[in-house]
Amino acid sequence: MPDLSALFLARLQFAFTVGFHIVFPAFSIGLAAFLAVLEGLWLKTDKPVYLDLFKYWLRVFSVVFAMGVVSGLVMSYEFGTNWSQFSQKAGPVLGPMLAYEVMTAFFLEAGFLGVMMFGLNRVGKRLHFAATSMVSIGTLISMSWILASNSWMQTPQGYKIDAATGRFLPADWLAIIFNPSFPYRLVHMALAAFLCVAFIVGGVGAWHLLKAKRQKRQPTEAVKVMFSMAMWMAAIVAPLQILAGDAHGLNTLKYQPAKIAAMEGDWESESRAPELLFGIPDMENEVTRYKVGIPLIGSLILTHSLDGKVPGLKDFPKDQRAPMYVVFYTFRVMVALGSLMALIGVFSLFLRWKGSFYTNPILLRGALLMTPAGFIALLCGWVTTEVGRQPYTIYGLLRTVDSVSPVVTLPNMETSMIAFVIVYFVVFTAGIGILLHDFAQEPSTNEAELERDQPHRAAGITQISHHPAE
Amino acid sequence: MNTLVYWLPILWAVLAALAIFIYVCLDGFDLGIGILFLGEHRKEHRDVMVNTIAPVWDGNETWMIFGGATLYGVFPVAYGTILPALYLPILFMLLALILRGVAFEFRVKANGFFGMTFWDRSFCLGSLVASIMQGIILGQLITGIDVKNNTFVGSAWDWVAPFPIFCGFAVAVGYTLLGATWLVWRTETDLKAVMQRASAPLGVAMLVLIAIVSIWTPLLRSTYMHRWTDFPEIVWVAPVPVAVLALAALFFLSLRKDSTRLTPFLCALGWFFLCFSGLGINVWPYIVPPSITIWDASSPPESQLFLLAGASILLPIILAYTIYSYWVFRGTVTADQHYH
Repeated sequence: MPDLSALFLARLQFAFTVGFHIVFPAFSIGLAAFLAVLEGLWLKTDKPVYLDLFKYWLRVFSVVFAMGVVSGLVMSYEFGTNWSQFSQKAGPVLGPMLAYEVMTAFFLEAGFLGVMMFGLNRVGKRLHFAATSMVSIGTLISMSWILASNSWMQTPQGYKIDAATGRFLPADWLAIIFNPSFPYRLVHMALAAFLCVAFIVGGVGAWHLLKAKRQKRQPTEAVKVMFSMAMWMAAIVAPLQILAGDAHGLNTLKYQPAKIAAMEGDWESESRAPELLFGIPDMENEVTRYKVGIPLIGSLILTHSLDGKVPGLKDFPKDQRAPMYVVFYTFRVMVALGSLMALIGVFSLFLRWKGSFYTNPILLRGALLMTPAGFIALLCGWVTTEVGRQPYTIYGLLRTVDSVSPVVTLPNMETSMIAFVIVYFVVFTAGIGILLHDFAQEPSTNEAELERDQPHRAAGITQISHHPAE
Repeated sequence: MNTLVYWLPILWAVLAALAIFIYVCLDGFDLGIGILFLGEHRKEHRDVMVNTIAPVWDGNETWMIFGGATLYGVFPVAYGTILPALYLPILFMLLALILRGVAFEFRVKANGFFGMTFWDRSFCLGSLVASIMQGIILGQLITGIDVKNNTFVGSAWDWVAPFPIFCGFAVAVGYTLLGATWLVWRTETDLKAVMQRASAPLGVAMLVLIAIVSIWTPLLRSTYMHRWTDFPEIVWVAPVPVAVLALAALFFLSLRKDSTRLTPFLCALGWFFLCFSGLGINVWPYIVPPSITIWDASSPPESQLFLLAGASILLPIILAYTIYSYWVFRGTVTADQHYH
């Protein structure tokens, strides 16, 4: 039995490092796709505004990608240092998937990133577009593998357990990869990544539109184009995300009913269940206090019928319950933000029709406020699904307490936690500061010109040309 | 023993060794350039040094993630014992790699967020600490890891011993040499001359360190010693020291010519290759010396075959586009090229 406070610190460390990490791949997935679309539009229409936007967001991408790589490197070793029992037992199943992710995705991204960032004039437009597309495809492949692994930990199948060592041995790779929750999680996460970037781009666009308005001048073409593209994404993807989330919820109800009970704050299994808007879960006394709910909707959402039966946490033994007081809230924050995003999307369509899309202060301020909404929703969703899996690492099969390393002791965990917090604080504060500084600049409209004048300085497409003083 | 169960781990051990060697070569010069910031303070030079690696460093570091993932998938017992045993050096290495990795982007964009000097220092010290930690990890692995029932039972501070720390120092010097000779190849005029002058003493230091590690290693364990004294093993190992000396001759001769480009770098890589082979000869067939062999550590054949099927197709493709991306950025880098 490992030291429980050390175990808690190990979990906290994992949550901390993966929480920091996950933001950046999600950002890269959405942004790489956006960049590929921008460059594709530029090649097709030859309008310089798309190239301007491409270069503007490429600068952001370089920072985001670097932070994703370094924080991801930590993850690939943290499984071994802190969770060695888990790694040894699940390694035969999860290790090859991680290795496939590296071979099919990480190398692809890293291999073409250099060309994408610095190679436009060295390889020509078409090959450069191919490189951008490769990077974007790489991010999508990477997401697929890591979600296949994660989903297998939630809904494991296609394995057999070796009696002598307790290891999970692969029996059917297709069943392992295409485990029951994988398709739902993949779609939900992909849409989440696109929404994250849509709201970042939309927020930056809104900021510059508001600024132009305040300075009583016309906004630039680039700012209008990026705001419009972002709001189209919000209008289309946010409602889709609600459908995808609903389907994912039904899948979770089928395979992980205890998680659903914890998310919903339900203790008793019941039909005609209400949907709680608020409450304070009390794990000790097995009750949710101060409940505010809408009658019947809980059953309707989860079973698509008004008198469907939904699970309660009391159906499950105490040692198999996820901490309700975490997932109950994170789930609600995610759903609330998701609904707000859809609302903004629909509202933007209405304003387009009315003709005040670029000027309506409610939309612009709303979009600005919602800039980080995608990421907050993503993190809340991630916490919901991961904490909802507790007390297991591999759902129903391997407990978290049996997964840790022998070296997970209090002094080691304290040392490493402090070191991580300090380094991440420095690195990510600086990174976010740099991103905010970049966002505060308007996309420049003369970068394309600049490059045509100086073809031999080609490699410098990410040159800081918006600081003429430097 | 079943043929698959016997041969698959051998094949994977060779592949994993190859991946680690590629990593050492690629990230070696990369980290070395960071260490060379210690002695190079001119901003123009530092910019050029970073620009020679800016388009490729992500790819270089990916080989390390590949190493970790392969170990996890193919040798989970090794992954689950080596990593806990080297908990602190690995932690320090990862944090150092973070601080140096982001510096590529941050040093030119800092715009007041700690400033360029801070990120230059972070690039330099991050590279230095990561290199030393990699050497310590190697040294402790050679020394041996205390394992019972496939679980690490030693202390988190086992690596604080003369041999691992000496290896840490040796690897850092070796990487610095790789960095300096890389710059002899990829830069011009002033910077090239500086690096060419620095390469000779670094080469001498490298040879001395190789000699000490080569004598010290067999003394650690009698099994290591037998590799170098018994017949027929000695037939395999005897060419290694001879080749090191042959490369040394080539290295110092080429450094005397002003026109030299690639040769010193290739010689340095050659030394790394020979040391790496010597190391392999010493520890074979153990992956976690002194008790866990590659067969003990390996995952079931189903896992290894599944990965092998992909690796045999994907690795050649990866190598091809990695070479392509180096090719795109070929030629010397000068001060008027801006990668940022």
